Amino acid sequence: MYSSLIITNNIHSWVLSWMPAAATGIIEMIMIALAYLTLFAVLGLFLVLMERKVAAWFQLRIGPNRVGFFGMFQTIADALKLLSKELTGTDKADKFLYNLAPYFLIISSLMALAVFPFSKNLQAFDINIGIFFLIAISSIGVIGILLGGWSSNNKFALIGAMRSGVQTISYELSVGLSLLTMILLTGSLQLSEIIEVQKSGWLIVQGHIPAVIAFMIYMIAGTAETNRAPFDMVEAESELGAGFHTEYSGMKFAYFFLAEFINMFIIAAIGTTVFFGGWLSPFGITESIPWLGVFWFMIKTFALVFLMMWFRWTFPRLRVDQLLTLEWKYLLPINLFNIVLMAIIIWLNFTIQF
Amino acid sequence: MSYFSDIYHGIRTLLTGMGVTGKYFLHSRKGAITQQYPDNRDTLKMFERFRGEVVMPHDENNEHSCTGCQKCEIACPNGSIEIIWDRQVDPETGKKKKLIDKHIYHLGMCTQCGLCIDACPSDAIKWAQNFENAVYDRSQLTRVLNRPGSKVRAGVEE
Repeated sequence: MYSSLIITNNIHSWVLSWMPAAATGIIEMIMIALAYLTLFAVLGLFLVLMERKVAAWFQLRIGPNRVGFFGMFQTIADALKLLSKELTGTDKADKFLYNLAPYFLIISSLMALAVFPFSKNLQAFDINIGIFFLIAISSIGVIGILLGGWSSNNKFALIGAMRSGVQTISYELSVGLSLLTMILLTGSLQLSEIIEVQKSGWLIVQGHIPAVIAFMIYMIAGTAETNRAPFDMVEAESELGAGFHTEYSGMKFAYFFLAEFINMFIIAAIGTTVFFGGWLSPFGITESIPWLGVFWFMIKTFALVFLMMWFRWTFPRLRVDQLLTLEWKYLLPINLFNIVLMAIIIWLNFTIQF
Repeated sequence: MSYFSDIYHGIRTLLTGMGVTGKYFLHSRKGAITQQYPDNRDTLKMFERFRGEVVMPHDENNEHSCTGCQKCEIACPNGSIEIIWDRQVDPETGKKKKLIDKHIYHLGMCTQCGLCIDACPSDAIKWAQNFENAVYDRSQLTRVLNRPGSKVRAGVEE
């Protein structure tokens, strides 16, 4: 938990210098929690801005450019507006569940964020079942959506939430299986261990054909997991109003909104860690400077986030039956075949390693 | 075997679509179609086919080509054109001729359908491209298209 990075060691010894050793653990946990909350907010605001800018450029528009330099403070202004808005609710809503729902989403995405290695040893919680934990946590988020849709006593919200249930439950199968394909290569579920393995070539290179297939399936299923277009059956503006968060306003709506974007970041970060070597630099060019790992991790993650935005602004929305056909008739059989292919390749030692 | 060809075609068409949007993304800096309107008020030119309001072009001798045939008035579906005309003696030929006194155009009633301009046999009226048509008083929306003292250009016949 306490890393060899100089900055975290310095903080640790600084805290030890004025605290009894027993209390340092709690203080440091609080510091880490605050750091992650800050990261959560900053990432959320930045991703919303990025989404709007990228969307504008895809549609030959300019995008937000009034608030601050090139519209840099647009999302901050939006967040301030949402903070000041009234928190409304429907008359016969189940008030307890209604208020609880946003926190399920927020907490599940924060918990998922905690296990990522941002650089060498810069990781809050290096759990030995990392990937398993991520898959499990990412499907807890759907409880928040179901609760939100159910408790707001609105037919559109309920339909949206039920669709989300159908979608997430089917697609997390593909996410899990495509990640399992890569676990065959690494032989470990621990995220730091997975990155150690990739020092002899990123997994998408090591596993070549089945890895590329697994990556494609992962990106499709990951986009579906985050309920983004072209899989945004949950919100489907033209059919359901705003879907499960129709009845939410102000900051509670902002929680749903932020969690959606953080989930996108999480899916991209899992993809980076498992397929593209996490914080490892290409060809190990900056291996001597460990803090540059953060830079490489972010570059790769935002490249994948950009890919998901590219999907969103290119593809039309799927119908529910098409959505389920894609998962159960195409992705799942290909995925199962792919695992066998990967196993054969590892068995015959056909992997590419430098 | 259509299962595999479906997958192939699916992936290929998706990539084609991403290629198109990717091209847009790369060219968005130069080719942005957004007009930042009040900022570029001085340079903003509407395109030629834009229908702002009906005007009657006059040449340097203050002459127009409206013969007063009233075809535009008849063509207008909601009566936004009124022509006040008179029979006067043409000084050149000495014959009586139909001449317009006022070509009145109610912008407030106009739906920009363009039927009057299609109907005009001598191209006397056409579309202007101005779009800032808001005024503070309704009476300003009623316009007399022919300028005071103007007359019909010689040689324009009904």
